[in-house]
Amino acid sequence: MSADLHDLGFLEAADALARKQVSSEELTTALLDRSERLEPALNSLTWFSRDAALAGARAADAARAGGDARPLLGVPIAIKDLLNVKGQPCTAGSNILKGYTAPYDATVIARLRAAGCVFVSRTNTDEFAMGGSTETSAYGPTRNPWDTARVPGGSSGGSAAAVAARLAPAALASDTGGSIRQPAAFCGVTGFKPTYGRVSRYGCTAFASSLDQVGPIARSVEDAAAVYQVIAGLDPHDSTTSSRPVGDCLPEVRGAKDLKGLKLGLPKEYFVEGLDPEVEKLTRAAVEQCRALGAEIVDVELPHSKYGIACYYILAPAEASANLARYDGVRYGFRAESEDLLEMYEKTRAGGFGAEVKRRVILGTYVLSSGFHDAYYLRAQKVRTLIRGDFEKAFSRCDAILGPVTPTPAFRVGEKTADPVQMYLGDIFTVNVNLAGICGLSVPCGFSPDGLPAGLHVVGPAFREELALRIGAAYQHATEWHRKKPADPKGGRP
Amino acid sequence: MAMKFSENADRMDVRYVAGLARMALSDEEAARLQGQLDDILAFVGELKTLDVSGVEATDVATEARNAWREDEPAAGLGRDTALANAPLARHGQFVVPKVIE
Amino acid sequence: MSDYIPSIGLEVHVQLKTRTKMFCACPAHEEGEPNTTVCPVCIGLPGALPVMNREAIRKTVKVGLMIGSRISLRSMFDRKNYFYPDMPKNYQITQQAAPLCIGGAVEIEAGGQRKTIRVNHIHQEEDAAKITHMETTSEIDFNRASTPLMELVTEPDMSSPDEAIAFLTALKEMLIYAGISDCNLELGHMRCDVNSSVRPSGTDKLGVKCEIKNMNTFKGIHRALEYELERQAETLRKGGTLVQETRRWDDEAGITLPMRSKEYAHDYRYFPEPDLPPVVLDAATVEAWRAELPELPAVRRARFVKDYGLPEYDAGVLTADKAISEYFEAAAKKSKNFKAVSNWVMGELLRALGEKGQGIADAKISPEALAALVALVDARTINMPAAKDVFQVLFENGGDPAAIVKEKGLAQVSDAGAIDGFAEQAIAANEKVAAEYRGGKEAALMFLVGQVMKLSRGKANPQLAADALRRKLGK
Repeated sequence: MSADLHDLGFLEAADALARKQVSSEELTTALLDRSERLEPALNSLTWFSRDAALAGARAADAARAGGDARPLLGVPIAIKDLLNVKGQPCTAGSNILKGYTAPYDATVIARLRAAGCVFVSRTNTDEFAMGGSTETSAYGPTRNPWDTARVPGGSSGGSAAAVAARLAPAALASDTGGSIRQPAAFCGVTGFKPTYGRVSRYGCTAFASSLDQVGPIARSVEDAAAVYQVIAGLDPHDSTTSSRPVGDCLPEVRGAKDLKGLKLGLPKEYFVEGLDPEVEKLTRAAVEQCRALGAEIVDVELPHSKYGIACYYILAPAEASANLARYDGVRYGFRAESEDLLEMYEKTRAGGFGAEVKRRVILGTYVLSSGFHDAYYLRAQKVRTLIRGDFEKAFSRCDAILGPVTPTPAFRVGEKTADPVQMYLGDIFTVNVNLAGICGLSVPCGFSPDGLPAGLHVVGPAFREELALRIGAAYQHATEWHRKKPADPKGGRP
Repeated sequence: MAMKFSENADRMDVRYVAGLARMALSDEEAARLQGQLDDILAFVGELKTLDVSGVEATDVATEARNAWREDEPAAGLGRDTALANAPLARHGQFVVPKVIE
Repeated sequence: MSDYIPSIGLEVHVQLKTRTKMFCACPAHEEGEPNTTVCPVCIGLPGALPVMNREAIRKTVKVGLMIGSRISLRSMFDRKNYFYPDMPKNYQITQQAAPLCIGGAVEIEAGGQRKTIRVNHIHQEEDAAKITHMETTSEIDFNRASTPLMELVTEPDMSSPDEAIAFLTALKEMLIYAGISDCNLELGHMRCDVNSSVRPSGTDKLGVKCEIKNMNTFKGIHRALEYELERQAETLRKGGTLVQETRRWDDEAGITLPMRSKEYAHDYRYFPEPDLPPVVLDAATVEAWRAELPELPAVRRARFVKDYGLPEYDAGVLTADKAISEYFEAAAKKSKNFKAVSNWVMGELLRALGEKGQGIADAKISPEALAALVALVDARTINMPAAKDVFQVLFENGGDPAAIVKEKGLAQVSDAGAIDGFAEQAIAANEKVAAEYRGGKEAALMFLVGQVMKLSRGKANPQLAADALRRKLGK
């Protein structure tokens, strides 16, 4: 094998391991070495342990030597610091969970473990996944590998940056309002948010339970599909998972060469004031590429799109205000020493949570509180119905929807931290997919003149993951954007 | 994406709401949050311009129904593991400062 | 307090008899070491999710069916938000907007009056952990956390403490009958929030409501209500005003006291629990559950009166406990003398069980054996004192009464010759008494019968002995 083991994609690594061209220990060591070297510049990881990762890798190598031929045996993957891995820290990027060791595996982790994957590192996230820049993490901001003065997006900015910077061939992430797709777009990698209920949330530290969904970030649609395939499906521990069978989408994804026979919708609401002209240009070029691949492009309407952010910033904080109530210093995590219980609660939560979390918990508490519930929460639930209806109508006219993932390329670190509303507006193209509970894919579709990546958004109907992935795969078959890699950032260790 | 502020946003009492959420706020923090939350509420208040009469609320995001389990016991964490992350434990119990009603 | 009319409503929390907890597979009702039956779900770890226990839902629906509720074909869970260290998530999963059972009623009898108490709804929820307050700290045991609870909320239809207790007694009886709960009050299986108000007689509008929280003995509830209703009426009589408040019962002092108001007003911020899909029941499932319902105590009581000709009193005693009523019925089916069977069950059997602190399930005497014992008495094979001896043997060791009678030689002596002999001996030994009888003192005969019984070592048929004595004494 070449010296650049870290360049191997997820399935390439699986293939190299199967052919015994490389051992999991060599591969994992290469990624750990590279992580040690680049992390001072990127800050994409919250935790990694050479001992823990190599123990997993060696066990995989031993199993393979014993004849174990599981296709993903020994393949390394990074895990967002929101997902519980038994025996490892899991802090959700928050001081309130510093020191917490997860006593159980999330279902997605158990499934990857059963497939033989090696957990190489834990990736940075906005605190409790609340943010679009990974700046709200208690570990400090992650840097975009394409320009370390810029954010990698968020909340799964650590996963996207680590995959882009070749610290891992793939990573697990989560998406509540765009937290997989937006950082994937900002970092020039592929991110996939499956349909709500397709992937178990058990063991994924909750932000907004009716919107959260776990998915992969990888360097190609095929790699993302391979991870998705392992983690998807009914889970008796998550009552919201669907009992629909998960078909094997990999043959379809691998065979995707064109888009003939598909009708792809282009919502006029996605090309409006506020969309960066460069991003618009790249998105339109990508749409033309899809047309060239044989797709019929049709206009569709999503008339309630513009209400998505307001709706989301009521419902998500409301659910979060309850989900985060458990961080009280009683059973685990940070506790502020106090004489009485009430003071302990108030000081623990004041000291343990960062500013964005406090903002959202207060907002969510308010919109549910007596006297305001109907005006905010109930009304937002109704608007959610309208937004879902928009997509149902649109999908009666087309197979999938195309559009931009983000209104702008990656912005500068610190640029939006003082103005939450401006930060929230960055979710304009992604939140509606969560509100509608459908699936969305972000694939790299070119670079701005500043050299910053942009993403094409492929939105599929509920439980049509294979369709969204197939469209993305055909696009990647015809383009090279997803193969571009950033130069190693300055500021790393020599 | 021009931002509009509605004229008559409901003004939230940040300290009261933070109390409901059991979070102490410094004066400086309360002042900053008050301003930011006023902005956010003005922004999300845009929904009030939408006619939602006759629209049903989406109160369920999943297509699953029932999803219950049979009444069969399974092993849990065990006491030592359950208490391992506790800030304070004694006699196999989680310990908190005295509750003052 | 005829100048004021009380209205009482109850919120009854009942722990359901399930093997596992409401939202996780940890064993429920374990009285073991603290924090031994816990898992990520019931201590509220990050990422843990609830999964409904079907059996708990089934049991709650069955209660609704027993009291004639409308069963919701689509019900939902909600989150009720409040901070307290016994709540692992700092919200309770409960049902607010769409509970499982709506409406219904329970018939009660208090002070000789029958009355219908309407039920507003029954919902499903989870119990809190056990918290023990020490001097400077509190300790928490999560074994109880997420134990399945149903909460039954009545309309304010009860108008005296007696009616409230009658309601709770009827409900408890029903729940035990149907295997819904053991309703062991000492173990906290049944806990009650008691709402009460008074209004001037002649008016309709309900007065200001006071809630007494977390009562767990019937006696306590009765006393608390007696106190509270009088307190409210007396306040009004003196021209005072009542405020809607939550109070607690101080059992030692025998008074209710306002609970110190919490630092923050309660604002539960209910919203639909996103982690749980709706419970959707179809008519076939509900009907299948209905078919599993046992005959209810009130129905069984009426049937015992009708089918076995028992007095109301007997039927009431026998049906107060489902197992006892079933025992009686099994014995009665083998017997021709239902009243005698009833007497044995209510008398000797319940006494013997009580002495040993046992339940009917522990009794060694089978219903068939009891029926056979009754038959032996009726056939005058043995007399009553002998029958009681046989019963004692049966109770302790079981077996066949006829065999015991034979083995112990307890059969009555009905042989005329033998009895005549005993009668002559008795007269000879008690000439004075015999003379009194001859002189017209009828009661003296009973003494002589007793002497015959003594001489026969209890085996003489007392009726035959009396006949023989009368003959010998020339009457």
